[in-house]
Amino acid sequence: MKIHEYQAKEILKQYGVAVPRGHVAFSVEEAVKAAQSLPGPVWVVKAQIHAGGRGKGGGVKLARSIDEVRERASEILGMKLVTHQTGPEGRIVKRLLVEEGMNIARELYVGITLDRSMSRNVLMASTEGGVEIEKVAAETPEKILKEFVDPAVGLQAFQIRRLCFGLGLSGDTMKNAMKFFAALYKAYEATDASLAEINPLVLTREGTVLALDAKINFDDNALFRHPDFMDLRDFDEEDPLEVEASKSNLNYIKLDGNVGCMVNGAGLAMATMDIIKLAGGMPANFLDVGGGASAQTVEAGFRIILKDPHVKAVLINIFGGIVRCDRVATGVVEAAKKVDVHVPIVVRLAGTNADLAADILRNSGMRFLVASNLKDAAEKVTKAIAA
Amino acid sequence: MSVLVNKKTKLVVQGITGGEGTFHTKQMMEYGTNVVAGVTPGKGGTMYDGNEKDRFPRPVPVFNTVSEAVQKTGADTSVIFVPAGFAADAIMEAAEAGIKVIVTITEGIPANDMVRVYEYLRKNNVRMIGPNCPGIITPGECKIGIMPGFIHKPGRVGLVSRSGTLTYEAVWQMTERGIGQSTCIGIGGDPVIGTRFVDAVKLFNEDRNTDAIVMIGEIGGTAEEEAAEYIKKHVKKPVVGFIAGQTAPPGRRMGHAGAIIAGGKGTAAEKVAAMKAAGIHVVDSPALIGEMVERVLGRRKAGKTAGGKKKVVRSKGKAARRGGKRSRKGRRK
Repeated sequence: MKIHEYQAKEILKQYGVAVPRGHVAFSVEEAVKAAQSLPGPVWVVKAQIHAGGRGKGGGVKLARSIDEVRERASEILGMKLVTHQTGPEGRIVKRLLVEEGMNIARELYVGITLDRSMSRNVLMASTEGGVEIEKVAAETPEKILKEFVDPAVGLQAFQIRRLCFGLGLSGDTMKNAMKFFAALYKAYEATDASLAEINPLVLTREGTVLALDAKINFDDNALFRHPDFMDLRDFDEEDPLEVEASKSNLNYIKLDGNVGCMVNGAGLAMATMDIIKLAGGMPANFLDVGGGASAQTVEAGFRIILKDPHVKAVLINIFGGIVRCDRVATGVVEAAKKVDVHVPIVVRLAGTNADLAADILRNSGMRFLVASNLKDAAEKVTKAIAA
Repeated sequence: MSVLVNKKTKLVVQGITGGEGTFHTKQMMEYGTNVVAGVTPGKGGTMYDGNEKDRFPRPVPVFNTVSEAVQKTGADTSVIFVPAGFAADAIMEAAEAGIKVIVTITEGIPANDMVRVYEYLRKNNVRMIGPNCPGIITPGECKIGIMPGFIHKPGRVGLVSRSGTLTYEAVWQMTERGIGQSTCIGIGGDPVIGTRFVDAVKLFNEDRNTDAIVMIGEIGGTAEEEAAEYIKKHVKKPVVGFIAGQTAPPGRRMGHAGAIIAGGKGTAAEKVAAMKAAGIHVVDSPALIGEMVERVLGRRKAGKTAGGKKKVVRSKGKAARRGGKRSRKGRRK
């Protein structure tokens, strides 16, 4: 789960991570009020969307007076912000963060995440702050310092010291940075985050160390331990179809193609998308109906897939192991009768009672294209989209 | 022969009295798995034979703790159907009790829990499969997990995969062609897992009754690349591979917690390139996995010595479970 920068900073503050003073604003008036409560004389107005690259896209602006805050806020609020992470359609900015301006001496990078190849959390830091860290990792990997955390004992002070020395810190800045890293790690663990990234981490001329930006993602599997985090969810940042699907317990992701698909199991769903592409189409979605594949879930799946006007055909691919194919077939027929399906439907059911299922589909009086195996399904999809 | 589990395996089911635990214990017992015990804290000292919906072929003794189950029944392998919030504890309990192979079916365990579990298992030298996986099966001998038993057939191809139904698909394509499997391992789609591709490949490589290996990966992480590196250096047996998610967009979690292209890493293209460079027979389409296995086995049959030839012929025998069992027995004698 993703949250906004201002929400991440509020959480970090609770764990003792230093952040600039600031307030969230939902309107220009609120932005002005927020600025008035800060000392000035420089303020920063920041668009709050769940995507990086906001500065480059014109979503972060400096203001040198309250009037300028008003101007910048009215420019950014409501704008369509396009960044490399939003795609060309961009996002409408509905929230702002107004912060005090900082006297920046240096910009660094620090991030904590799970290193999958080590099965350990890793604290990473780099002198190359404020730029895309993926680029640094690809071009100059030696500039990223890493400390792996032994889960039996946690992050140790010597590891943080080593990082700080590696970043070339000393004196008061070093002391503050040590406190900062320790607090950041504590926040990461306590909130069951999957990512805590501060880019840039700034050293000010006064020797303080602050999180100028903050990004926290939570581990979805651990949300049951943090019921209060549900209030942080911003539905404006999510695709409405995906939100609707999640209400029916469907795992749906909207894509740009022309062939809708409905599959049981995530791996098979991805493989089915690949088949569609090889057949000359493009998948319109990822949709995992889970283990059950009942009439209700299939119906909900149809409704969501067919709301996408680009869909020219639907491919249903269910491998019935424990779940019986004849039941799934009955569900598909029932659902197709309830929903006005105006595109060809290719159905491929394999596994338990697959023959029975094929009979049910053929005798339903509806025009399903019944495929006997994956290869056949791909060929039938190719024909369906060509027609 | 096979890897990790066989007909000698003595299984304890953790969470046996729950809905999932009951249903799948019945399925496992019917397949022939030797279920010797169940564990449900608070229900120790009873015998459990399922519920009205799912009745076991025979009752199973239930214990309060795994260590008691191990002491009284000699259980050496555990399967876990405990809910996500309690799963980490259940895994460590099994490891502490002396269980050597733990199969964790549970989905949705927090990654931070798994980081701690992984370290604990490593220190105690315990093999875990999963979490969030279909389990492991040695066809005709022992099924531990939730996979449908009937799609499998005893034979000599080892399979390792990150997914559930996609694994069934691949197995089915082989079985339909008369190609049996030595053991099939579903390692799971989470970021932290007990057995990785490279571990499973190593086991299959060292198993003298596995002739070929099928490896089914998906986007996210670098575990496939890691295995490819190992295969390049150490594996002479033919390996067939497929990577799901060629059309998956970056930054989106495709169902599995681990199936995400992050920071430009973990794309299907990278994985396929690494696997091809290691000499793995990678298919573009998941529909072609069975065909490719058939081809590499055929090629092997033609090019190898009489011994190798015999093995392959035997694995392609018509008889299903029974036949496979017998031929294995014969070899052991």
